[in-house]
Amino acid sequence: MSTVHTEIVTPNGKIFEGEAQMINVRATTGELGILPRHMPLVAPLEIDRVRLDLDDRTQYVAVHGGFIQIHPEHVTILSESAELKEDIDVPRAEKAKAEAEGKLGKLESGTLDYETAKNELKRAEARLKTAKSGIE
Amino acid sequence: MPSMRDIKESIGSKKKTRQITKAMEMVSAAKLNRAQMHAKTYTAYTDKLREVVGGIAAGNNGSIKHPMLQTRPVKKTGYLVITADMGLAGAYNNSVLKYVYGLIQERHQSSDEYKVFVVGKVGVKFFKNRNIDVTHQATDLPERFKFDDVKSLAREAVGLYAYEEIDELYMVYNHFVSAINQQLTDTKLLPLSDIETHEEHSVTYEYEPDSEEVLKNLLPLYAEGLIYGALLDARAAEHAARMTAMRNSTDNATELIDKLTLSFNSARQAAITQELSEIVGGASALE
Repeated sequence: MSTVHTEIVTPNGKIFEGEAQMINVRATTGELGILPRHMPLVAPLEIDRVRLDLDDRTQYVAVHGGFIQIHPEHVTILSESAELKEDIDVPRAEKAKAEAEGKLGKLESGTLDYETAKNELKRAEARLKTAKSGIE
Repeated sequence: MPSMRDIKESIGSKKKTRQITKAMEMVSAAKLNRAQMHAKTYTAYTDKLREVVGGIAAGNNGSIKHPMLQTRPVKKTGYLVITADMGLAGAYNNSVLKYVYGLIQERHQSSDEYKVFVVGKVGVKFFKNRNIDVTHQATDLPERFKFDDVKSLAREAVGLYAYEEIDELYMVYNHFVSAINQQLTDTKLLPLSDIETHEEHSVTYEYEPDSEEVLKNLLPLYAEGLIYGALLDARAAEHAARMTAMRNSTDNATELIDKLTLSFNSARQAAITQELSEIVGGASALE
């Protein structure tokens, strides 16, 4: 099966680099499934799980926003932070989720702090979702 | 003339100081190496970001509208000042702080006209002593700080711009040129003005849903990325500055020790001569 070269780049360096058969991301406009030789496209991403179908396994990654740049020959996901499923600290994510929920209850919607707390909640949820992926 | 004992003590203390400065020099040299490596891995990220932003800018021929790209009347200016947590780095902190302080004095009449964001303890102390409010401060950053460590600072600075609390943002820090050369830089971060456009774009990208929406997500990321990049750059410069400063003081200490050793030797010689002549004088008096 044909593959496409995929990279996930964050400020802390490359999190992932490899050949993928298919990449599943959630863009702000909806889910995108990218196969090799996709048309060139740039789309912002939601804070969510990304699924990479590799030759021998499926890799789940929690990607915290950013965007995807698709080129027929290669795909780059750029994000301020991303974690492979294996690297996720579940207790920490659960704690972050509880904290963010607590904060949200106290804040007024529409303020900068509210948005920040909301994003934190989304991140924690994305991490948990990624960590639990693939386990039946 | 100081006594022999005084000179000897002075030499001893200078030797100890030299030992410390020498150690600090070597520590900074090692840290500089690491900081440079760190900055290097980071450029992969900014290069990609710049490529995409530049691609959009080139595709739209400057017709894109986004608050982060547009200059608006300036009511309030933000300054992001990057200093170190420690002193003993030569002119590293002082040059930045003096420059910013001069700038503020020159440009603004009242404290309502600016906001200061400070990185590093030295800077925080400096502004506190001069009764200037620090909007956001980041101190005690770990040696290998991550994007997450500075995110709140970057986000606040960029967020305040987005919410029109400030109308422009300057970044003042020491840019790392080489191990012996650091340059004070003052860059206007927001509104973003000089996004390089690469003409050799072979593919035209589609934007989903449209280029404006992509920019809306991309530009804050880009601006925050630039801040992080500047912090890494400044960190490398800090170590370089400290290394040079410590090397200079090691050299100075060596010079002082040499001088003192010389005067110690002549003092000792003088004492011996005096003793001899006293003995000779005493012997001849007995005859």
